[in-house]
Amino acid sequence: MARKISMKQAVNEALDQAMAADPTVICMGEDIVGGAGGNGEMDAWGGVLGVTKGLYAKHPKQMMDTPLSESAYIGAAIGAAACGMRPVAELMFIDFMGVCFDQIFNQAAKFKYMFGGKAETPVVIRCMVGAGFRAAAQHSQMLTPLFAHIPGLKVVCPSNAYDTKGLLIQSIRDNDPVIFCEHKNLYAHECEVPEASYTIPFGEANIVREGKHCTIVTYGLMVHRSLDAAAVLAKEGVEVEIVDLRTLSPLDMDTVLESVTKTGRLVCVDEASPRCNIATDISAQVCMHAFGALKAQIEMVTPPHTPVPFSPVLEDMYIPSAAQIATAVRKTIKGSK
Amino acid sequence: MQVQNPFPLSRDELLTVYRQMRTIREFEERLHIDFGRGDIPGFVHLYAGEEATAAGIMHHLNDGDRIASTHRGHGHCIAKGVDVVGMMKEIYGKKGGSCNGKGGSMHIADLSRGMMGANGILGAGGPLICGAALAAKYRNKGEVGICFFGDGASNQGTILESMNLAGVWNLPVIFVVENNGYAESTSRDYGTAVDSYVDRAAGFGLPGVTVDGTDFFAVHEAAGAVIKRAREGGGPSLLECKMVRYFGHFEGDAQTYRAPGELDDIRANHNCLKILGDQLTAAGIISQSELTKIDEEVMVLIEHSVKEAKAAPFPTLADLTTDVYINY
Repeated sequence: MARKISMKQAVNEALDQAMAADPTVICMGEDIVGGAGGNGEMDAWGGVLGVTKGLYAKHPKQMMDTPLSESAYIGAAIGAAACGMRPVAELMFIDFMGVCFDQIFNQAAKFKYMFGGKAETPVVIRCMVGAGFRAAAQHSQMLTPLFAHIPGLKVVCPSNAYDTKGLLIQSIRDNDPVIFCEHKNLYAHECEVPEASYTIPFGEANIVREGKHCTIVTYGLMVHRSLDAAAVLAKEGVEVEIVDLRTLSPLDMDTVLESVTKTGRLVCVDEASPRCNIATDISAQVCMHAFGALKAQIEMVTPPHTPVPFSPVLEDMYIPSAAQIATAVRKTIKGSK
Repeated sequence: MQVQNPFPLSRDELLTVYRQMRTIREFEERLHIDFGRGDIPGFVHLYAGEEATAAGIMHHLNDGDRIASTHRGHGHCIAKGVDVVGMMKEIYGKKGGSCNGKGGSMHIADLSRGMMGANGILGAGGPLICGAALAAKYRNKGEVGICFFGDGASNQGTILESMNLAGVWNLPVIFVVENNGYAESTSRDYGTAVDSYVDRAAGFGLPGVTVDGTDFFAVHEAAGAVIKRAREGGGPSLLECKMVRYFGHFEGDAQTYRAPGELDDIRANHNCLKILGDQLTAAGIISQSELTKIDEEVMVLIEHSVKEAKAAPFPTLADLTTDVYINY
């Protein structure tokens, strides 16, 4: 029986095993080691939340701290990827993508196509996403849709430790640039994770709960909010099916359409801002490909179209809640044809 | 009587360099004409006038050495050994071009030659070449990375950040400022707060040197020193090459921002090809007729490349959706 570890440990273990297996895998980022160049302890931080703690001791040549210089080192990771390395760059928060976005969407994403297939860019950019840390507007966003929009990028956002380990190792082995989104409010979440290295293929959604009345399509932290809502709804006799997308690009629409065809109802839950997000994308595709199967109008649960607020009271109201999700599901049941 | 060769390159190497510079010149002159005729789609930025810099630096490089080029990248490509016919096809948007018609003038790349791509984003090559140089450090074969950028892009944060990162990681990178006096239409002096790029390099702890970028031998000597330093683990440097741009920022640019007579002066007195030809013939090791023969052969090659490009098929609908992961 596998032991239980946290999502934070799963990231650490995936990086550890990937670096041990392949010397071209190198990790770089701001303070992923910590204490570089000082007179105190090396590996002082292991990342701002300690996710990479201990890796420097095991892989000193593959763990590099960088200056606070996102354009330079994210671009360097991309350049090294184009020259035979498999870098995993940590961009502390996805909110910082604005600083180095050109390197990601104009360079990494486009090399292969723009160069007629003659370049591979196997880079992984790990970043923290999501609200709930009282970290305010510039450290709390769920910007996944921005990256899913861009051809050439792959976007991963796991909801648990098992998926995190398998998807991160897959991301490192993949030959395309991957934006790997780690929800900071899930780092402590534990589940059973095998010790050996393993991969989870991209583009395979996971049905985390089976049900026949309504499909919830979601990812990341919202999987757990949806599970909470489902538990409440079950007591009302409503059985919800929850599809955890796991990867937003590639997107497993087959599983979504199959589930919606079965249940006839759809609630899309997305922690990203409501316009042009994953929820609207799923909704549009379901309307195009499974309109006839729908017994009720599609519901979407998202935050309001505002920046993430600081005050704990406001932030809690901002993040979609299990109650809001349950209400949306009830609406689809009541509004059925 | 045997004439002493006063140059640091052999006679054959000198002929190759001259041929390379002439190829760049005629490639660009021809594009200027063909663009004017409406034969070439999109944006084209010509390197003519700047050939001595590309040739002087690239003479020190092998395929394992990487360069990050610019929007004005044709000269870098040719000097780095990218196939001229493939380039011409690419610029014509044809199948069989360097990038199968998917990149165009601004994105010609050939990683097998260490050419990491022309780039439509000014200054974007800085971080990328730091990565290439980092990979080179891991390979430990003494390979280097060259980052080309203009006086305009010298003001991009990416370049400044990259100079710092290269210093911090002691990367084998040469930052080459191709200072042609104009950032698009704006004079260098208007847009750059320091007079000397050597001063700017010093701000990042990098040694820097300024050379006459129209003098092949000056570029060659200075580049040789900084590249040798980088290969031996001495770290990054900056090389400023002062040069002239024969054409506008892009084709179609009427260049009204130039002073009257400026272009005539550039072509008459700062023609790097003529300067090299004069140096070679004056030394008596290469005759004018040998150079003329090369000129004629280059004209044949360029004509051939245009014919091939015009005859090549366009990419098809099937090509539209290859070379990128799609599931939608």
